[in-house]
Amino acid sequence: MHYDTIIIGAGMSGLAAGIRLAHFDRRVCILEKHWTIGGLNSFYRMHGRDFDVGLHAVTNYTPKGAKHGPLSRLLRQLRIRWEELELAPQAGSVIAFPDVRLRFSNDIELLRSEIEREFPDQGDNFQRLLDELADYDDLDASNFNGSARQFLSNIIDEPLLVEMLLCPLMWYGNAREHDMDVGQFFIMFRSIFLEGFARPLKGVRLILKLLVRRYRALGGELRLRSGVRRILVDGRRAVGVELEDGQQLFADRILSSAGMVETLKLCDDLAEEQPAVAGQMSFIESISVLDCLPREIGLPETIVFYNDSESFHWQRPVDSLCDTRTGVLCSPNNYLYPEESGTLPEGIVRLTTIADFDRWANLPEAEYVRQKMWWYDRAIASAVRFVPDFRGHVVATDVFTPKTIRRFTSHVNGAVYGAPDKQLDGTTHLENLFLCGTDQGFVGIVGAIVSGISMANMHCLRQA
Amino acid sequence: MTPAEIRQEIIDILTDIAPDEDLSNLEDDKPFREQIDLDSMDFLDIVMELRKRHRIQIPEEDYGELASMASTVKYLEPKMANL
Ligand SMILES: Cc1cc2nc3c(=O)[nH]c(=O)nc-3n(C[C@H](O)[C@H](O)[C@H](O)COP(=O)(O)OP(=O)(O)OC[C@H]3O[C@@H](n4cnc5c(N)ncnc54)[C@H](O)[C@@H]3O)c2cc1C
Repeated sequence: MHYDTIIIGAGMSGLAAGIRLAHFDRRVCILEKHWTIGGLNSFYRMHGRDFDVGLHAVTNYTPKGAKHGPLSRLLRQLRIRWEELELAPQAGSVIAFPDVRLRFSNDIELLRSEIEREFPDQGDNFQRLLDELADYDDLDASNFNGSARQFLSNIIDEPLLVEMLLCPLMWYGNAREHDMDVGQFFIMFRSIFLEGFARPLKGVRLILKLLVRRYRALGGELRLRSGVRRILVDGRRAVGVELEDGQQLFADRILSSAGMVETLKLCDDLAEEQPAVAGQMSFIESISVLDCLPREIGLPETIVFYNDSESFHWQRPVDSLCDTRTGVLCSPNNYLYPEESGTLPEGIVRLTTIADFDRWANLPEAEYVRQKMWWYDRAIASAVRFVPDFRGHVVATDVFTPKTIRRFTSHVNGAVYGAPDKQLDGTTHLENLFLCGTDQGFVGIVGAIVSGISMANMHCLRQA
Repeated sequence: MTPAEIRQEIIDILTDIAPDEDLSNLEDDKPFREQIDLDSMDFLDIVMELRKRHRIQIPEEDYGELASMASTVKYLEPKMANL
């Protein structure tokens, strides 16, 4: 079998790339190792309930008719109508540090007024920051590198505000420990503060089903349970892949969403470990089903980013399975769903906590189960310092760990945002093997989709 | 195809690329960019759609010819005359 393009991975980026190629009549095949699509942002059913693996919020929300930004770009490129995503905007979110809370919404003016209230002398500096951001072009890779902490501190001279602004941005898209690339900071700032959060009532399955249906309707081929074991290399070129069952498939080019380190490991010609560094930031995520709606117990916020001291520590836990000093708490109920669409059947609180892959991966099975329960309790105990105590209302829970993330994505270390060093042009050491998704540079749902689109355009459609 | 048919075909393509855009008041002599928001990815799509639908190849150095409706139709006329 010979294809124009083989895509490794049926996550958001692989599916988006596949749609582009199939739309323009390329012979394309997506190979997915898992038995289901979605990668990091998949969904499952357990004890009669529907759960999303990842989805807190679709970032980059812009209302219908908006002409700029990644969301409108992806809708156009995939020929999807705005309505089809059924995005309901957030009710409002908060950054909570000890003694200071900054609320924000999909209207930047709320954050501005909160900053002016809590940090009266930083209002002008915040405006300067917005001016700098307005000039940034996220498709221009040349000024991506550099320290975001340094950049921010040059503009904002209140360290606590710097930490508070970085907290949500790092949580939702920083693969690097401690600091963030300036370019990534701009991208995340825009996607969260200037654009915003939204969610389809039906969750991530709506987005995935839309993508996969579109892909199939265009004649694209999708093979599940088809893990790529090797990328077959001839000189400077990849000629095809070998699947785990030994089958070989051939193609003019390969687009991989498996990650940088992970993709290089598959290459025939690279026997030794590559110097490329894998990411370290992984999470545990707990889902608590409540017997009431979160807002009925005083939790009306869509997302709460909390941190329990004046400095925000974004790093792998040094000496334990998890680091509960900071976390993200999301209630999917707290979106402004249109009246006619109904509501979620139950109250849900999702909580994300930083975790260490190695420690989780090395636990014996029985201990793994025990630790999951223990850290569920610890994480929630940390969170309820910043939100009303919902523990008495919990009727069901699920927890997943860096091991789960690793299983869904095959990312080394279960690194949610992949490697710290991104390959923005998507190229590799082979002339016709390209990266898309997390390790190309754009993360999150919208980011991954845009990445798949732009890499398909740049490397598969513009040529040939 | 006649120039009028080519124009309609371009309108179809633009509708496909930017379904939320109102094209009824499009002025043919003004650049697309001043009237509708098309970024470089969208421009690539006009080229790709023409190739997909009519097997017309447009080399990258000619992309500038697609700046406005008038220049696009003029550029495509000889290429699409026999379709
Ligand atoms: C807990 C959690 C919460 C999140 N919350 C949000 C959120 O609220 N909003 C948001 O926008 N983003 C969120 N994200 C991030 C978002 O899910 C990802 O950035 C995005 O889904 C990445 O898509 P991708 O296509 O780049 O990669 P992936 O989803 O990792 O897809 C890669 C695919 O490749 C497959 N694969 C790997 N190796 C092979 C192989 N050898 N052969 C075949 N297939 C292979 C994998 O199985 C996988 O399906 C969250 C992530 C997590 C973990």
